[in-house]
Amino acid sequence: MADIILEMKNITKEFPGVKALSDVNLTVERGEIHALIGENGAGKSTLMNVLSGTYPIGTYTGDIYYNGELCQFKTLKDSEAKGIVIIHQELALIPLLTIGENMFLGNEIKNAQGIIDWNRTFHEAETHMAQVGLHESAQTLIKDIGTGKQQLVEIAKALSKEVKLLILDEPTSSLNDEDARMLLDLLISFKKEGLTSIIITHKLNEIIYCADKATIIRDGSTIETLVKGVDEFSEDRIIKGMVGRAMDDRYPDRAHNVSNEVSLEVRNWTVHHPLYEEKIVDDNVSFKAHKGEVVGFSGLQGAGRTELAMSIFGHSYGTGISGELYLHGKKTDLKSPEAAIKAGVAYVTEDRKTNGLILGESIRFNTTLARLDKVCDRGIINTVLETDVAEKMTAEMGTKTPSVLQQIGNLSGGNQQKALLGKWMFTEPDILILDEPTRGIDVGAKYDIYCLINKMVGDGKTVIMISSEMPELLGMCDRIYVMNEGRIVGEFPAAGTTQEMIMGAIIRSSK
Amino acid sequence: MNDKKNSINWKDFLGKYTMVIALVVVFFLFVYLTGGRLLFPQNMSNLLLQNGYVLVMACGMLLCILTGGNIDLSVGSVICMVGGVAAVMITNLQMNPFLAIIVGLAMGILAGIWHGYWIGYVRIPPFITTLGGMFIFRGIGRLVLNSKTVAVQNETFLNIFTAYIRIPGLDGDGYMTSPIVVGVIASVIMFLGVVRSRANKKKNGYRQNSAIADFGKTAVICAVLLFYCWKLANYKGISVMLVWVVAICLIYNFITSKTAFGRYFYAVGGNEKATKLSGINTNKVYFLAYANMGLLAGLCGLLCLARIGSVNGSTGTSFEMDAIGSCFIGGASAYGGSGTIPGVIIGALLLGVINMGMSILGIGDSWQYVVKGAVLLVAVIFSVVTKKGKN
Repeated sequence: MADIILEMKNITKEFPGVKALSDVNLTVERGEIHALIGENGAGKSTLMNVLSGTYPIGTYTGDIYYNGELCQFKTLKDSEAKGIVIIHQELALIPLLTIGENMFLGNEIKNAQGIIDWNRTFHEAETHMAQVGLHESAQTLIKDIGTGKQQLVEIAKALSKEVKLLILDEPTSSLNDEDARMLLDLLISFKKEGLTSIIITHKLNEIIYCADKATIIRDGSTIETLVKGVDEFSEDRIIKGMVGRAMDDRYPDRAHNVSNEVSLEVRNWTVHHPLYEEKIVDDNVSFKAHKGEVVGFSGLQGAGRTELAMSIFGHSYGTGISGELYLHGKKTDLKSPEAAIKAGVAYVTEDRKTNGLILGESIRFNTTLARLDKVCDRGIINTVLETDVAEKMTAEMGTKTPSVLQQIGNLSGGNQQKALLGKWMFTEPDILILDEPTRGIDVGAKYDIYCLINKMVGDGKTVIMISSEMPELLGMCDRIYVMNEGRIVGEFPAAGTTQEMIMGAIIRSSK
Repeated sequence: MNDKKNSINWKDFLGKYTMVIALVVVFFLFVYLTGGRLLFPQNMSNLLLQNGYVLVMACGMLLCILTGGNIDLSVGSVICMVGGVAAVMITNLQMNPFLAIIVGLAMGILAGIWHGYWIGYVRIPPFITTLGGMFIFRGIGRLVLNSKTVAVQNETFLNIFTAYIRIPGLDGDGYMTSPIVVGVIASVIMFLGVVRSRANKKKNGYRQNSAIADFGKTAVICAVLLFYCWKLANYKGISVMLVWVVAICLIYNFITSKTAFGRYFYAVGGNEKATKLSGINTNKVYFLAYANMGLLAGLCGLLCLARIGSVNGSTGTSFEMDAIGSCFIGGASAYGGSGTIPGVIIGALLLGVINMGMSILGIGDSWQYVVKGAVLLVAVIFSVVTKKGKN
């Protein structure tokens, strides 16, 4: 009988309008490295947040057994007390504090009078740092060490909490090859000392390298668990598991009338990170899109797709942008979102709550915001006209709402998305860049959005669709570009392309 | 069904008009406590004149606050500087008062542009930028005044800001008819406005409030207006300053509710990123909020100089706090994105009634501060808690 440290049974977790996890089961043996894999949004992180108590008991259904004992975590602290520590994808370190301060943040070593004992803090910090092979002073500021070492600090921090089960969410996504390999070796050495790890990663070579088992999650359900030495444990096999969903999703039919006229062409487009200017986010990207065409952009998170789109849309992301942009064959420079809107380009954000809508205001307010001049006479808003156009857009998009004066934050995700599309359709664009247009909305609303996209290209517009859902791209697009690590690594006609081909292009180009 | 509808309306009514109700309650409380002295024509007239400068400042402050709860701490200092420059030009240098007014307003705008540039285009936090401005302009004001008190007696200048309007034929010795006439005309215009708006809505088939609600509200406003005009008629009539204040309030109410320019402030405060991606130059919105605040602070400097008749190095000290307080009491969000001019007017009047009522009762400054602070805090706590309850 295997020594089971963790068993998650029939975990179901719902967010408003979306079922993120549905009857997920996960069994982890003591002393193994267990990989959790799946596409973006498959539910990996959600599952780990359920385990760590970030989503407290009561917000999900199902049982968690840890060391054979039923767990009911209310907060992160409860799970940490049991030795379950999660290290998130975005490092949770405070740059202007020292390594030692960060390691014991919220967990300070105090003397009898309740005053922090700095000598012991730094001494213990350095003890744990030595365990992970980090030879720095504990009084070094976090901002002065590289990301690789910061990741080690996170692990040392976990060790200071007497970790038994370590969960790493994409630990190597921001590391270079050498640092990543070092980190994986460290996990393997800890495994020999009895530490259990769950590792979430997209890099399949890493899984092959270090994991004993791999559980594949797809669309919020566990598909299978592959065991090294028992099952076939190869990249191809894992990719098949990741994307092998039946193509039973329905996409509305569309006559594919792609014109020969190129409406948007981008050549040698390079974008640098806005804060870390030496970091290249998009590297020499060239692509084109035709009138009446739906062009897809596939890739993993951080592939540089959103950044590409936003930098094209009036330089609204990044610095040091270089490259050429042609609209309808004419070289153009869109210096601001305002210029982009005037030129007939619309960018519908992936993050409608933060970048798209003003949640506290009405549908009417949001609909006209990007082209307020269309309802204004010498700067004075014609409320009657504004209400008319907002009602017209609401009807066209099929947004369900009692009135256009309804606060937009009160609508469901799908209706918010439709209202957001209405806002951008109101700008009368020729080229629409839709960034994850169906994220976080239910199946019915997705179908409606697909129909709207078909109508747009039917009217001779160009739609560029960024999506992490490969079936959606295969079902909706005429042509698909695949991006990875800031570069275009593949171009496929949608017809005849499979998810395996796309995933393969990504994996093969991963360093 | 009908019952339920009515009860919801009551709740909405209370939520929407909380501060109006508070103002009415506080007003009558002080009428009672002062034995009716608050209602004396002189006091009623002074209620608006003393707080006129607060209303003018608060109109500008609202725009700053709308952009994201940002405030302008320098207003009092700008008042001192502008008042000082105008006083020195008119009294010491014997210059043309119109020139002094133009120079004063220009200095106000320049101070605002100074803040607006750093806040909008360099993104220095408004609190720090205007704290710097608060010291700088106070200092400049004192330098100009040479640390002395300078009085202004120039008739032309005082007439532009503080004289009482006398219309021959309507107003004579001992009787003032013009306030009543103005009140009646304004009431008629308001009623006609409601009738027109309702007809317009009906023509377009829009949902509208019940006739009772629309006309009832207008009737109440008109009644208060006529009562106030009657009080004015029994004192000295309408002051030019009152005209200035009412005009500023009307203009800014129009800007914030009816123009694209005004809407941008709400958009930036509601979600700056989304606003930027909608093609709106958000830097410029910040810049204009502070440039405009400078202009209104300049106007306030002139109003204060005219009303007090003199200016010294500490004129305007902590005036900005009254303006900020009025905005927050009047329902502006401390995070930006919501707030209205009518709300701000109610907030300023509430503070004004408390000040005046306590002064009549002979309660000292110290207690007035305590009460003012408590009212501000309670108003904001109330709005935060009720919003939470809704969600």
